[in-house]
Amino acid sequence: MGAGKTVTDATFVTDVLQSEKVVLVDFWAEWCAPCKKVDPLLNEIAKEMGDKVEIVALNIDENPETTRAYRVMSVPTLTIFKGGEPVNSVTGAKPKSALVNFIESSL
Amino acid sequence: MDEVRNLIIIGSGPSGYTAALYAARANLKPLVIEGVQSGGALMTTTEVENFPGFREGIMGPELMDNMRAQAERFGAEFITDDATRVELGDKPTEAGTEGLKTVWVGDKQYFARAVILSTGSAWRPLGVPGEQELLGHGVSSCATCDGFFFRNHHIVVVGGGDSAMEEATFLTRFAETVTIVHRRDSFRASKVMQLRALNNEKIKVEWNSKVEEILGHDGTVSGVRISNTQTGEEKVLDVTGVFVAIGHDPRSELFKGQIELDDEGYVKVDSPSTRTNIPGVFAAGDLVDHTYRQAITASGTGCSAALDAERFIASFVEL
Repeated sequence: MGAGKTVTDATFVTDVLQSEKVVLVDFWAEWCAPCKKVDPLLNEIAKEMGDKVEIVALNIDENPETTRAYRVMSVPTLTIFKGGEPVNSVTGAKPKSALVNFIESSL
Repeated sequence: MDEVRNLIIIGSGPSGYTAALYAARANLKPLVIEGVQSGGALMTTTEVENFPGFREGIMGPELMDNMRAQAERFGAEFITDDATRVELGDKPTEAGTEGLKTVWVGDKQYFARAVILSTGSAWRPLGVPGEQELLGHGVSSCATCDGFFFRNHHIVVVGGGDSAMEEATFLTRFAETVTIVHRRDSFRASKVMQLRALNNEKIKVEWNSKVEEILGHDGTVSGVRISNTQTGEEKVLDVTGVFVAIGHDPRSELFKGQIELDDEGYVKVDSPSTRTNIPGVFAAGDLVDHTYRQAITASGTGCSAALDAERFIASFVEL
């Protein structure tokens, strides 16, 4: 499922790179158990911090181009994009407080 | 103050979920703080072939989902986040909490008469240069999560136990070759797992070998420098992925200083019961178990912990 709005290879430039807002991209896959654990936490964070960061999801199986371009080699990988550039990234399931810290330290 | 619970279970996996099932059926309405890696170690395995009752085997995550749902059916409640702080002694953390344990999840606090600790164990890193820097960029702790990215690559699995064998065998679905690097001249894995790995033509073994450094190029893994423990000879394996499966350490950090741990950090219990040195605090599963570390033994001690907790709670409240 992934958290937030779905982005694809086709929409990545407009939805992420050209976004006015800070964007957190959730690189996920259907077969990834830890991804399913992070999704509900990201959905909560999206509600609480929606004014500061937009959370979007990219399915790595369906979008190999973007996955390769950012050299994602682990899922979930959560990468923060600011002004079209990746500025910070974490991999693996993390508790909500750690995710919030990660986002806040990247704003 | 919020509502007082009879029982909080910190952690999940076979021990936490089994404890939750038994406690829920005993009407204790347990609150399970299952952790963001909920489901425990089995969530990152594939087929579990040795859990009794599943003749054809069952997928690890499915077994965990079943156990969780079974506990939920009898009224267990779940919080899918990590406990961040505990007060296990009977020191009150605010007025009216005398004799209660307090557990925090971020800034939310929960009170209970008894607590079961079942936080399991955590992946043990190698602790060599390059490992932390390249984690998620070729270094992985989870073959089922990351194997996909190594289609037609040459990769290394470090370790000699069941999880190393399982990961190596699983990874041959994707990788061109899998080299197992092991410090000794024999594996400690079970025979069936060893044979499955050794008979796989994509798998090679570097015996008596130790990883010295994980090499990176342009932000991803480009090789592994290993040394022979007998001759000291070094060489570089030309690989793009490193899966580390050298074992696990008990996740007891949160309880340190409050509860008695042994030298390796496992929680000490008054075996064969699950009582710790603090009244009303019980522990089960891999957090306690040096020796067996099986899904079924974790389930077994989880069951014992729930029964011990039930008896403890019944000694001062009517259930």
